[in-house]
Amino acid sequence: MTTLPKTTNKKLGLVIDLDTCVGCHACVISCKGWNTENYGAPLSDQDPYGAESTGTFLNRVHSYEVQPLATSTMPHPAAQLIHFPKSCLHCEDAPCVTVCPTGASYKREEDGIVLVNEADCIGCGLCAWACPYGAREMDAQEGVMKKCTLCVDRIYNENLPEIDREPACVRTCPAGARHFGDFADPESHVSRLTAERGGMELMPEQGTKPVNRYLPPRPKDRMDVPQLTDTLAPHLAPVADEPKGFMNWLDKALDRI
Amino acid sequence: MTQPDLNLSPKVSDEIRKTTCYMCACRCGIDVHMKDGKVAYIEGNRDHPVNKGVLCAKGSAGIMQVNAPSRLRNPLKRVGPRGSGEFEEISWDEALDIATDWLAPIRAEAPEKLAFFTGRDQSQSFTSFWAQNFGTPNYAAHGGFCSVNMAAAGIYTMGGAFWEFGQPDWDHTKLFMLFGVAEDHDSNPIKMGIGKIKARGARVIGVNPIRTGYNAVADDWVGITPGTDGLFILSLIHELMKAGKIDLDYLARYTNAPVLLNGDESSPEHGLFLRNDEGKPLVIDRRTGKPAPFDGQGVKPDLSATYRNAGISHRTVMQLMAERYLDPQYAPEAVAERCGITADKIRTIAAELARVAFDEAFELQHEWTDFRGETHKTMTGRPVSFHAMRGVSAHSNGFQTCRALHVLQIILGTVEVPGGFRFKPPYPKPVSIHPTPHCKVTPGKPLDGPHLGFVRGPENLALREDGTPARIDKAFTWENPMSAHGLMHMVISNAHAGDPYKIDTLFMYMANMSWNSSMNTGGVMEMLTDTDPETGEYVIPRIIYSDAYSSEMVAYADLILPDATYLERHDCISLLDRPICEADGAADAIRWPVIAPDRNVRGFQSVLCELGGRLNLPGFTNSDGSQKYADYADYITNHERKPGIGPLAGWRMGENGLTYGRGGPNEAQLDAYIKNGGFFSTHIPKGAQYYKPWNTAYQDWAVQLGLYDTPQPYIFEIYSEPMRKFQLAAEGHGERQPPEHLRARIKHTMDPMPFWYPALEEAAVDNDEYPVHALTQRPMAMYHSWGSQNAWLRQIHGHNPLYVPTKLWEANGFAEGDWARVSSVHGAITVPVAHMAALNENTVWTWNAIGKRKGAWALSEDAPEATKGFLLNHLIHELLPPKGDGLRWSNSDPITGQAAWFDLRVKIEKTTAPAEAQPVLPPIKSPVGKGPDALAWKVGT
Repeated sequence: MTTLPKTTNKKLGLVIDLDTCVGCHACVISCKGWNTENYGAPLSDQDPYGAESTGTFLNRVHSYEVQPLATSTMPHPAAQLIHFPKSCLHCEDAPCVTVCPTGASYKREEDGIVLVNEADCIGCGLCAWACPYGAREMDAQEGVMKKCTLCVDRIYNENLPEIDREPACVRTCPAGARHFGDFADPESHVSRLTAERGGMELMPEQGTKPVNRYLPPRPKDRMDVPQLTDTLAPHLAPVADEPKGFMNWLDKALDRI
Repeated sequence: MTQPDLNLSPKVSDEIRKTTCYMCACRCGIDVHMKDGKVAYIEGNRDHPVNKGVLCAKGSAGIMQVNAPSRLRNPLKRVGPRGSGEFEEISWDEALDIATDWLAPIRAEAPEKLAFFTGRDQSQSFTSFWAQNFGTPNYAAHGGFCSVNMAAAGIYTMGGAFWEFGQPDWDHTKLFMLFGVAEDHDSNPIKMGIGKIKARGARVIGVNPIRTGYNAVADDWVGITPGTDGLFILSLIHELMKAGKIDLDYLARYTNAPVLLNGDESSPEHGLFLRNDEGKPLVIDRRTGKPAPFDGQGVKPDLSATYRNAGISHRTVMQLMAERYLDPQYAPEAVAERCGITADKIRTIAAELARVAFDEAFELQHEWTDFRGETHKTMTGRPVSFHAMRGVSAHSNGFQTCRALHVLQIILGTVEVPGGFRFKPPYPKPVSIHPTPHCKVTPGKPLDGPHLGFVRGPENLALREDGTPARIDKAFTWENPMSAHGLMHMVISNAHAGDPYKIDTLFMYMANMSWNSSMNTGGVMEMLTDTDPETGEYVIPRIIYSDAYSSEMVAYADLILPDATYLERHDCISLLDRPICEADGAADAIRWPVIAPDRNVRGFQSVLCELGGRLNLPGFTNSDGSQKYADYADYITNHERKPGIGPLAGWRMGENGLTYGRGGPNEAQLDAYIKNGGFFSTHIPKGAQYYKPWNTAYQDWAVQLGLYDTPQPYIFEIYSEPMRKFQLAAEGHGERQPPEHLRARIKHTMDPMPFWYPALEEAAVDNDEYPVHALTQRPMAMYHSWGSQNAWLRQIHGHNPLYVPTKLWEANGFAEGDWARVSSVHGAITVPVAHMAALNENTVWTWNAIGKRKGAWALSEDAPEATKGFLLNHLIHELLPPKGDGLRWSNSDPITGQAAWFDLRVKIEKTTAPAEAQPVLPPIKSPVGKGPDALAWKVGT
């Protein structure tokens, strides 16, 4: 059993905007690329051109269909598709750390990032079992546990221009749906986004106190609400119903220009 | 417990090489991080005008192309029967000798016997130049089976199109409506734009039968029935006109709505513009009440004028618009059921468009002067913008639908204004300065001009003296007069049928015609392998193919010229072609070999330089007969299309040193590009950034850059006079007359004002028997990607079930894991199904081109792409069902020849699960073997 730090100086994490994530998987592959070349063992792929191709990914995008419930204003709401990127949430009470028998899994005191020290990892898999989010993946080739590092080897990297010192997934996201920052600072970009948009914890009932936050999708399909039609109706008040009347209106309107 | 000591600043790379991505058509800038001379990591280039640092999944996965087992290694000569995949490796000398021996006699005797078509080619201004020098009329790229309707309708209507040729004004738009966009062209800019506008609370309406991707994040989704977008748009126009919510000032100033039309039904000029002696269309000037040229200084065009001259009544286009679009046939109630959208929702959308366009109008403090000499203190913004792509384009009514959408934009006054849709240089560009098609063949000589262009009337059709089609694809004929991109999907079918004539050699580049790039895939394989019973020779005698990868098409060629991958080659993304400009500036870019090929392969364009020399093509040989361009890099640097204008606009050599736009070749040009990050860009000055077609400051800027030689202001063509000229021919006027069997169709479809007609397949098949629409789209992580065998991407999209909406799912009693037999009037497939609720209730769909042929792409034969993956292509014929007249009717838009992929109608039935998706085709022998069992691609130590 490994202990968690009592507090961390920073709480680094991600805000993921489910209102803008288009499900393009850019973050998935950018992460795969950076973390194959960098921190620890490469993210391997088994049978990469075959029948049962599987590989290690630290970030995956799942897509869920949602059928909103009927309401009096929306008796037949359309189904929706939500793209849901998921990686380690860097929990404050990370069960993957406390379950680790060797101390390989740990949470950094200085910034709260949960990491695996691959040198000490015996590949027992207890941490993956303990994680309620399914955010850890065992690398089949190396036999060590892999997980999101928040690109710990980018965010402080003095060999990178300052602007690039952010996780690869954030830097690459074309829709700007991913944000990185310190949740311990109430004035940070991520804290403000969370406050303004009602950023949510994932499965708070698990008691893991995840750091990452998800911004919920805005309400959709408001044009299907009949009241809206009434509100907008004045914009379509007819000037004429047939061509002759229309041209009469046009003449008068042109005189006013 | 102490924490381990981490190195938080590991070395990232030895060097960053900046080039241009080629994992799709987007052409983003990439930073290729090198370690020990190998590619270690790829990320977006922050300075690049297209992607500004971001990069999609394909782009990041480009590193898996470097080690892809499917890369071809050597030139190949076929030794087994066509389609077997049996080849022997040969030297480049032998390969080029063979190609020269085949092509030289054709050029000397009958150049049209060469059909040269390129697929995902990003060097069309070069490949077309080569084909023109060869002298064959048979050249085009893949636009005809992609989205030519969108390109042609945009150019004929507004002098520019959506595609990647324009963009919403992301900084100012408040309502963004997109039609039929999967996740395609211009994909990173659109994702960036959607993110940007959503962040500031602007709203997105998605019109698409399928709610994925951009439509999934749209605030409002319109799950329209396929093929009815035009009807829906015309209903919006109906509502807006009826309510007077149209921009009259804009229509009067910037469109041909006030232009006078000949109203004499007996005249050969009926429906044509009234013109002055200089050929300028005339309007009535509200200042004088008299006719005046549309562009006269200070003229104030009258939208509602009538004019009687020499006994002939003339009316304005605006009057025709009122008559047509106020007709009750376009009322929301009249179209709702057909479109699958409630009348209330159509009204709500129309009202919201009106509200945002007019109530939220704003002014930018940009002073500008228009082409009539009037100076405006500000620019009026209307913050409604639109984008559309293949979903509306790939129907046989797609051209008119795209035109209708442009008319909707125009009546709202939202094109080239702040907050609306903006062109990217070299657009805007009127039809009048585009070339017309050329097809005059002279043995041993170049063609008489560029192959592709924009017809102005029947006089520009590509017909031979006897009236038969000059081109193998029948582009620019009465069957599809405005086929601006050719009809690549008809080449093999027509060559096999000898209709309009037989060819000798089919030469293709990056075009997977024996698989996902053809309609009627099984039929195409038969055509490619069919032999003449008398001679035993193949009906299409010779096939040369160039590709970097072991695609399905390789097996069907006789000679393979292996191409370099995109990190190993030179390219130019040219202003002469399809550049990477933004609405605020012009830009072009290069690729350069950031790594050297580790195989015996050559960039295809360099091979064409050498073949051009061997064949003595004038543009590719010096006066002493020697080869003019050593390779493609040499061509990029030194070729001049006309004096001072070359493939790249940046760092040209002027009289007083380096310049851009117009200037002579500069031997250090490519080095300058590399030093600048692989691209060149220059910005449009303030005051010239909007209202470009009419803005004298923009016009002068474009001339200075070399986009055209003199200012070219024009007005938008709500009414298309070229189309009216084809109608007049169909009515019996003029010397060039359509064949009788096409007369009625031309009169109907070539309507000069947008209208809607049912898709041709819908009209040709029993809709009760085949009640379901079937579509495909490419996933974002693979769109337009020539690398779907990519080891990382195939783990995301390795399976493609047929997605079935709730109504059909329940009606068929489907359960998870079930399979269905899906049949069309042409064929049947048996495939796995999956339920999807966010889908038009009469539509099924799947991810396109996931299915692979066994033996292709170095995949193992039991890969899911080869066992459960499938193509809808087997259900889609390149011809419409026979009508009993013995004629071959192309399954294409009758105006442009756009392949009508999305007209497909099917029926669907539950069936027992077979072992594999049907049809099963025999494996082809892989010329490259198979991939490794594992990957762990870390190049640094």
